Amino acid sequence: MSDLDAFRIEVRAWLEANCPPEMREPIRDEDDVCWGGRKFKFKNAAQKQWLDACVAKGYTVPDWPKPYGGAGLTPEETKVLKQEMKRIHARSPLDSFGIWMLGPALLQFGTEEQKVHYLNPIARGEIRWCQGYSEPGSGSDLVSLQTFGEDKGDHWVVNGSKIWTSYADKADWIFCLVRTDKANKYQGITFMLFDMESKGVTTKPILLISGNSPFCETFFDDVEVPKTQFVGEINRGWDVAKYLLGHEREMISGGGAGGDMVSIGGAFAKAFGKNAAGELDDPILRAEMAAFDVDVFAYRAMGERFMDMWKTGRAHPASSNMMKYVGTELNKRRHELVMAGGGSDALEWDSEESKGGARARTWLRTKANSIEGGTSEVMLNVIAKRILDLPGA
Amino acid sequence: MPLYHNDDQAMLKDSVAPFVAEQAPVAHLRQLRDSADATGFSRDLWAQFTEMGLPGMLVPEAHGGLGMGHMEAGIVLEEIGRNLTPSPFLATSVGAVAALAKAGGTQAGRWLPAIASGEAIVALAIDEGAKHRPDRIATTATRAGNGFRLDGKKSFVLHGHVADMSIVAAKTDGGITLFAVPKDAKGLTADPRRLVDSSLASHVTLDGVEVDADAVIGEVDAGGDILDALLAATRTGAAAEMVGVGQGAMDRTVTYLKERKQFGKLIGEFQGLQHRAAHLYGEMEVARATVMKAQQLLDEGSEGAKLMVSVAKAKAGRAANLAVREGVQMHGGIGMTDEYDIGLYMKRDRALAEYMGDVHYHIDQVARMNGY
Ligand SMILES: Cc1cc2nc3c(=O)[nH]c(=O)nc-3n(C[C@H](O)[C@H](O)[C@H](O)COP(=O)(O)OP(=O)(O)OC[C@H]3O[C@@H](n4cnc5c(N)ncnc54)[C@H](O)[C@@H]3O)c2cc1C
Ligand SMILES: Cc1cc2nc3c(=O)[nH]c(=O)nc-3n(C[C@H](O)[C@H](O)[C@H](O)COP(=O)(O)OP(=O)(O)OC[C@H]3O[C@@H](n4cnc5c(N)ncnc54)[C@H](O)[C@@H]3O)c2cc1C
Repeated sequence: MSDLDAFRIEVRAWLEANCPPEMREPIRDEDDVCWGGRKFKFKNAAQKQWLDACVAKGYTVPDWPKPYGGAGLTPEETKVLKQEMKRIHARSPLDSFGIWMLGPALLQFGTEEQKVHYLNPIARGEIRWCQGYSEPGSGSDLVSLQTFGEDKGDHWVVNGSKIWTSYADKADWIFCLVRTDKANKYQGITFMLFDMESKGVTTKPILLISGNSPFCETFFDDVEVPKTQFVGEINRGWDVAKYLLGHEREMISGGGAGGDMVSIGGAFAKAFGKNAAGELDDPILRAEMAAFDVDVFAYRAMGERFMDMWKTGRAHPASSNMMKYVGTELNKRRHELVMAGGGSDALEWDSEESKGGARARTWLRTKANSIEGGTSEVMLNVIAKRILDLPGA
Repeated sequence: MPLYHNDDQAMLKDSVAPFVAEQAPVAHLRQLRDSADATGFSRDLWAQFTEMGLPGMLVPEAHGGLGMGHMEAGIVLEEIGRNLTPSPFLATSVGAVAALAKAGGTQAGRWLPAIASGEAIVALAIDEGAKHRPDRIATTATRAGNGFRLDGKKSFVLHGHVADMSIVAAKTDGGITLFAVPKDAKGLTADPRRLVDSSLASHVTLDGVEVDADAVIGEVDAGGDILDALLAATRTGAAAEMVGVGQGAMDRTVTYLKERKQFGKLIGEFQGLQHRAAHLYGEMEVARATVMKAQQLLDEGSEGAKLMVSVAKAKAGRAANLAVREGVQMHGGIGMTDEYDIGLYMKRDRALAEYMGDVHYHIDQVARMNGY
């Protein structure tokens, strides 16, 4: 038996003993997601028990080194763990921007001290992070950002505002891009970390078309940030920002907003009925759904190949842009079909049967997939320039 | 198994890619076409393929082959696609070998070594109409003497007129049976037609063709599984070749975008073209991954292979078609000329798209396999 097989057996036994049955149910609403942080209230005892068990084992961030709260698993072992969790439909013990975005950036650019100090609370779900990148005037053209940190010797005084800060009102800390040198466009930005409870930080929610409001405008009014709280080098925060965006894209195109990527047609056979040949009784929609399924299964193969190549350093650095583009466009298409397949049932906005209009709200929410973390158009620009090497792009 | 080529496969690619590009570039196809060649491929080139061991790649070692997998065959097919190389590799070395190896027995012993040694070309006589419908085979095989008598018509039989043997799918009393019909069988006629891509495919007529009982590939009435193996291998192979066709077209187009100037700029600077080229790149990458996944599942003998084979044929079909259409369009007027190769890519894509089930056929299969 290979080491990997032995590991699989061990993982299976551990999951059997430690994953509560309530945590093997599909996520129904936002409350079912464990985001952690100082303000987080567990929905039930099982949610906390599951998190505690995973924290103790390093399984909230299995591939991070042990000193930082991980389990130090190899990519292959991590894959096995994920497969086994998927097999029993286990919920993710902890979701967080700290794990998906800040963590990888700290692992790459942080000092040893910073890694120990910041990564462990992320792994334990104690500190919830939000991302302060976009500004009202700087979206796709992120590098034009204006929020400014004035050098005061041992600290900066930050002034400006951010927009679209997801969950800013629920987060404990923010990782933030701040201009520290006005003369230098690219080499004048510093990647700062600070507590959202610092004096001078305020947030205001933004209501989305989905009727939800997890997004905020964030205002900084003479916020003092100690000079120790930056990642990478001062004025070289753009390098960190770009690296982190790569991980954000991976997350959005993969498991995150990318959807579960399973066949769609089967789900609607009941609603439509089938004809004598056993086919979904709307030939045009059936054809569209089947064409979509082809793309979904194909994208899954791409996802597997991308991860295999990414982990062994074989992937083109800009291929995450391609994954993000293809994955998010696909997910939007899925939810168009979900709405078409659901008919008038899918239009219900607040009934109990519709679980509070889950389908319609999700459909609307997915429209942001091709905007957040960089728009599809910007992804195509990057592919054209960095992969295809087209001129003047 | 990771979804990229391992060291051995990368080495194979490193030897096959320059070989095909040097010995059989698009100029090779043009030369065969312009000389109105009656064979449809070059015997000399096939001899060179044989020197490299390619015809018998998938043939089990016990029968004199290299015992490799679909992943490896795909490497060769992609280069064949990229260079539009006319060759019997797909039908003979992939489709026929998959069927014979699955069936075993007399015919496997007779033909597999001959394929591996480059002596035998095999044609696949499956389709009977203009569209691929392998579940509607009307050709019949009735018992006669100590063998069978075959009657029917087959179409789109690649290399049918030069094949040393044709694998014929026919209806028997209790199911489908595959037969190995030798070239000189009485009553067998092959009428070759030149296709849009300059290849030759035959309309084959079986008019009371008599074969011995041992011409059966596998067991009587039990040809369904063997036919499935043949189809899975050939479809996956065609998908790999289409990835090569699409990639070849895309590479030429991207190069052209960096050379051609209009309005005082390289046309590759226009965002309208950049976004389309970048979209095409994404589609091609997804298609490539999908074909590799199908190859991997086939090599593992996995149950999921059948679904992924149809996904691969459909996805590669869509991506390659996009590549050739965008290729001609982005070349502007010269893309319409015979002198430029891009149009030849469009022609080969059309022929491969139709071969062993088009995009729509396979999308429909995917719906069925998912229960709707
Ligand atoms: C749901 C959601 C969550 C988000 N979460 C966060 C968050 O947590 N933190 C954060 O910092 N930001 C967040 N964002 C912001 C997101 O990153 C920006 O919305 C995104 O980068 C686009 O910027 P913009 O909205 O200013 O659009 P613009 O940049 O104004 O773009 C408008 C349109 O023009 C197109 N366009 C712009 N430039 C080009 C170009 N060069 N070529 C071709 N087309 C172009 C765009 O593609 C788009 O279609 C979130 C956004 C959404 C919708
Ligand atoms: C069958 C045929 C018949 C013809 N008959 C005649 C005729 O009788 N008389 C005659 O004078 N001409 C004729 N033409 C020529 C025809 O008008 C040109 O081919 C056409 O104007 C395109 O120019 P081009 O071929 O140089 O392509 P290019 O201008 O080089 O274009 C190449 C590609 O770049 C794109 N492109 C170019 N500029 C831009 C831009 N600014 N933004 C975005 N994309 C851009 C094009 O759309 C195209 O996809 C004929 C062409 C064909 C194919």
